[in-house]
Amino acid sequence: MDWTSLVLSLELGVATVAILLPAAFLLARVLAFRRFRGSPVVEALVALPLVLPPTVVGFYLLQAFGAHGAFGRAVAGLIGHPLAFSFEGLVLASVLINVPFAVQPIQNALAAIPANVRDAARLSGMNTWQLVRRIELPLAWPGFATAFVLAFAHTLGEFGVVLMVGGSIPGETRTIAIAIYDRVQAFDEHGAGVMALVLLCLSLVALALTNVFARRSLRRA
Amino acid sequence: MPESGTAPGLYVRLRQAAPFPLDVELACAPGELVALFGPSGSGKTSVLRAIAGLHLPPDALVRCGNATWTDTAAGHVTPPQRRSVGMVFQDYALFPHMSVREQMLAAMNGLARETREARVARLVAATHLGEFVDRRPGTLSGGQQQRAAIARALARDPAVLLLDEPFASVDRPLRDALHREFLALRHELRVPIVLVTHDFDDVTRLASHVVMLERGAVVASGSVGAVTASNRLPGVSEWREPAVALDGAVAAHDEARKLTTLAMPGAELFVPRLDAPVGAGVRVSIAAREVILATRRPVELSIHNVLAARVAGVEPALQTGSALVRLVAGEMPLLAVVTADAVEKMRLGAGIEVFALIKAMSIDTF
Repeated sequence: MDWTSLVLSLELGVATVAILLPAAFLLARVLAFRRFRGSPVVEALVALPLVLPPTVVGFYLLQAFGAHGAFGRAVAGLIGHPLAFSFEGLVLASVLINVPFAVQPIQNALAAIPANVRDAARLSGMNTWQLVRRIELPLAWPGFATAFVLAFAHTLGEFGVVLMVGGSIPGETRTIAIAIYDRVQAFDEHGAGVMALVLLCLSLVALALTNVFARRSLRRA
Repeated sequence: MPESGTAPGLYVRLRQAAPFPLDVELACAPGELVALFGPSGSGKTSVLRAIAGLHLPPDALVRCGNATWTDTAAGHVTPPQRRSVGMVFQDYALFPHMSVREQMLAAMNGLARETREARVARLVAATHLGEFVDRRPGTLSGGQQQRAAIARALARDPAVLLLDEPFASVDRPLRDALHREFLALRHELRVPIVLVTHDFDDVTRLASHVVMLERGAVVASGSVGAVTASNRLPGVSEWREPAVALDGAVAAHDEARKLTTLAMPGAELFVPRLDAPVGAGVRVSIAAREVILATRRPVELSIHNVLAARVAGVEPALQTGSALVRLVAGEMPLLAVVTADAVEKMRLGAGIEVFALIKAMSIDTF
């Protein structure tokens, strides 16, 4: 059992959702409540990682991270090393490919709040921050739970993009999904089996927990 | 004219061409209730939303008291949350995750705790929500939800109260009860009230003034008494039986005869004993078909109300063989429907002195 890889995957998952959920909420809020000229384009961009092959996403990210591009050079100058084949690069890639998994459930949950309820909140004197904190977050909470589990589980399981962008550096970019692949390549079926089982159990527990929370919050509402 | 130093109430002027035309002007003084009446799609709710700041027509002026909320000519728009507006939405729009008490407290942000608690207690009593105050909307009946929505709208102590079809989604017996409750509450409120409705009963019972809308334009407006007495109500007179809605006050109770005397403009009316103190305002509605005319004062009749009246005009309806007679008793306008034959026999015409006979039981009071 490769505990380093498991811990790295969990760290990657936590970092991903910590960055992704607040950003996804802001984007989901705009998409749920505003109709603007470019909104179909933005929605298509949000959904893009769902349909693109992970290797294609990984290829473009690698291009962007490279020392040839302005972005890659700027970030490398900021953090002291290139983004490619680093944990930071992995987090950034993970955040980007998980955008649809976080945005769509939150957007759907926000869109399900009746427009009149938000109007009533405004006419109760709430400013935007109070509206978000007292109405939107409590009512869209099941959407957040779904977004959290989907993005977290997807991060643990992501393979193609991680391999392209991160390679397999122990303690830096070798996630548990990569470690399982490495074990299988090394004909260590037992090692791969243990890690696969751990991943399976983690995913099951996470899904079960969200279902319990979602049902409880529905009952309260 | 408003007295100097008091708020002149609500003034609204709205014009837009698209997505649907709107051309509306209305004023509502504190204590008045203006009903915006019209068929669905006539723009009533848009007017209400424009007052609240939830809709912005390209040409709009909304003033409340000394505050200008919308003035497109000056490029000024106050956002909804900074308007002192209490609004009751058609589907109530209660916050599903908050108890009735929490909804009210949420609408009173920034007030001292004692003020908020005191106001909750007062509103809960006024809306009969005592035992439901800690329940969430999902567990409340339609009538309780409506009361909760009114309590939340009033919690801010708003400068104007807006009601969007608040009685549309309850059945008739409950609606009558809610009407009575709201009337009792309304006499306490010294703010302009605007009520959107497509039910003329709401107008007859609750409103002091009515603005009738059709495709976004005002087709009739005025006090409910004047408008109902004119019986020229586009979209209403075609199906509604003519009836005059008038305001009076309790003058005296006769306990022995179980009657109440109402002081009306220039006249008195007897109605069955009302459960209201002397001096209380009462709205009466008198249907034209309940008014009998006589040329001489009749004697030995069961009828309590025999009013000397003068005929102001006669409008024959050729198809039905009936005629609508306009009367003035004292200063009180009345309508009577009689047969064309009776018009002929009694030689009814403008200026003729008659007696209008109305059974006490035939007068609706609200």
